[in-house]
Amino acid sequence: MNVNRQSLGGRLADHFGDTLRVVPGTGDAWVPTVEVSPEHWVEVAKALRDHEEFAFDQLTDLCGIDFLGFGVTEWETSEATREGYSRAVEGLGPGRFGWQDLPESDTVEHRFAVVAHLLSVPHNRRLRLRVFLADEALPVIPSLVEVWNSANWYEREAFDLFGIVFEGHPDLRRILTDYGFTGHPFRKDFPLIGNVTVRYDESKGRVVYEPVEIEPRVLVPRVIRDDSRYRTDDVDQAAEEAADRDALQAG
Amino acid sequence: MSEIRSYTMNFGPQHPAAHGVLRLVLELDGETVVRADPHIGLLHRATEKLAESKPFNQTIGYMDRLDYMSMMCNEHAYVRAIEQLLGIEPPVRAQYIRTLYDEITRISNHLLWIGSNGLDLGAMTLFLYAFREREMIMDMYEAASGARMHATYYRPGGVYRDLPDRMPRYRESPWTKGKDLQRRNEWREGSLLDFIEAFATDFPSRVDEYETLLTDNRIWKQRTVNIGVVPPERALQLGFTGPMLRGSGVEWDLRKMQPYAMYEHVDFDVPVGAHGDCYDRYLVRVEELRQSARIILQCVDWLRANPGHVMLKNFKVIPPTREEMKDDMEALIHHFKLFTEGYCVPRGETYAAVEAPKGEFGCYLVSDGANKPFRAHFRAPGFAHLSAMDEMVQGHMLADVVAVIGSMDIVFGEIDR
Repeated sequence: MNVNRQSLGGRLADHFGDTLRVVPGTGDAWVPTVEVSPEHWVEVAKALRDHEEFAFDQLTDLCGIDFLGFGVTEWETSEATREGYSRAVEGLGPGRFGWQDLPESDTVEHRFAVVAHLLSVPHNRRLRLRVFLADEALPVIPSLVEVWNSANWYEREAFDLFGIVFEGHPDLRRILTDYGFTGHPFRKDFPLIGNVTVRYDESKGRVVYEPVEIEPRVLVPRVIRDDSRYRTDDVDQAAEEAADRDALQAG
Repeated sequence: MSEIRSYTMNFGPQHPAAHGVLRLVLELDGETVVRADPHIGLLHRATEKLAESKPFNQTIGYMDRLDYMSMMCNEHAYVRAIEQLLGIEPPVRAQYIRTLYDEITRISNHLLWIGSNGLDLGAMTLFLYAFREREMIMDMYEAASGARMHATYYRPGGVYRDLPDRMPRYRESPWTKGKDLQRRNEWREGSLLDFIEAFATDFPSRVDEYETLLTDNRIWKQRTVNIGVVPPERALQLGFTGPMLRGSGVEWDLRKMQPYAMYEHVDFDVPVGAHGDCYDRYLVRVEELRQSARIILQCVDWLRANPGHVMLKNFKVIPPTREEMKDDMEALIHHFKLFTEGYCVPRGETYAAVEAPKGEFGCYLVSDGANKPFRAHFRAPGFAHLSAMDEMVQGHMLADVVAVIGSMDIVFGEIDR
């Protein structure tokens, strides 16, 4: 089964040629990741579903990603400074600024992506499909509802939370947020605390929406460390367990 | 010629049969449903966005609150995703404990489902029976993790602590004394494992009790047979997983097909339905109750025979124990760094799925190398199931909507996230 999984990437490349790009393995090497361009999105999806060799008959999951601020830290860890903790709480980073001062999104080439997870029941295989959306202001991508019906609500969710428009979707409405909500809350430039608060106004006799009063703040700053301490393979677990078991029996 | 009479009716968001905060806008022709439009999101808490703002470990507690009927299974998916990114493997004993508690959770979830589904369709007694057993499962949760529901028990690299040697007992009170007290404490004389074993040995007879009430019950069958039929191809198209998919006759169980934890090493059968209606889904879940008890007994046997570690000894990810911390400078530093900053996870992405009681609960994690996930997405089985609501109830009567909602086993914690 493992051999099959590893060669799937190669077979995909053979079959589809330039329309897709197999991304080198990451956290879960047995789920190949494949990048498709928006114009081939539906075509590749249909082929993956119908071609016997692949037979991905289920779309298990689909979600949007906003890559704004990918790999940006809130705390520089390489050099010591004299500023102490304040450099972490005062600096700007995604999710901790008001609505007025949005961060620049020049850190990434394409800001929005849609990721779909496919499952093939006959072959017992998974595949991750990813498409980067070119237009940052109005990310548009053809809908997969015709290919897999389960995409319906997942695409509504991605539209609601990220503002990604799915062309050809039969019923592209907001799904998770409130009726009359403005903005797309899972975008990285949407503050974690939101924009409005809701309360019941007794004098008006109705619910009123007001701007958020509290300040955004961060309890634990975001840091990226990639030094040798984060190598996790240097602990010989089995040997230690055996030693402990011996000690247990001896004691 | 009769006049066309079409009503639009609002079902919920506060309705006992809506299993939470489901608002269902129903278009009716007389009493027949023409269209159903579920409005969800009333319980939306932006768990995924919260996860992006916190170190990895602080999100484990949020997992319990997603599908709040199968807490530890959610934790399992999340913890496995982190472990895959870190490239660590928990000790075997921890994996057995996870298998054991996943199955305990499955029983707990199915008990709530069978009770509330029965209640929706008019079988009151079952609810009381199911909650009688569920109380003991809450005790098992409490004995292991300290919390009755929101356990936060699974951690990357193992489980928080080993199972206790002594099961807590009832104390004498004006209401519980004498023979009554003795009866309630009968299973609790030994360790937690003894208690779980006694429970799992006895449990099939309790399932028999439930079945005498429902399986051949004429009213129950009238309410569920041929209601909400989903053929296998449609079930796959609509993203069904778990008992919903198996009820339609597709033999697919992640525990068998893509085994995780210790499911490869335990014996169990996967029940599969034939017709894809509410009744078959009921039968599948009832059989799963029995199979879970079987797995639990095997895990108990193994855990009794094999003491050992339940956590990795890797202080870059797993905090040292309290004693070590008081004793050792290095351990103190590790502890401080882990609790103020957390651990960094290598850049990458992963998808980890478990067979939760309701279906495939998946966790998609994207890390950019920081101490917080860059993007966390949770694949909730109920979300896909509920999206098929319209198709499943079309042409059925209003009362059947309740039967269909019941057979989906939906919980809004996970659907709205």
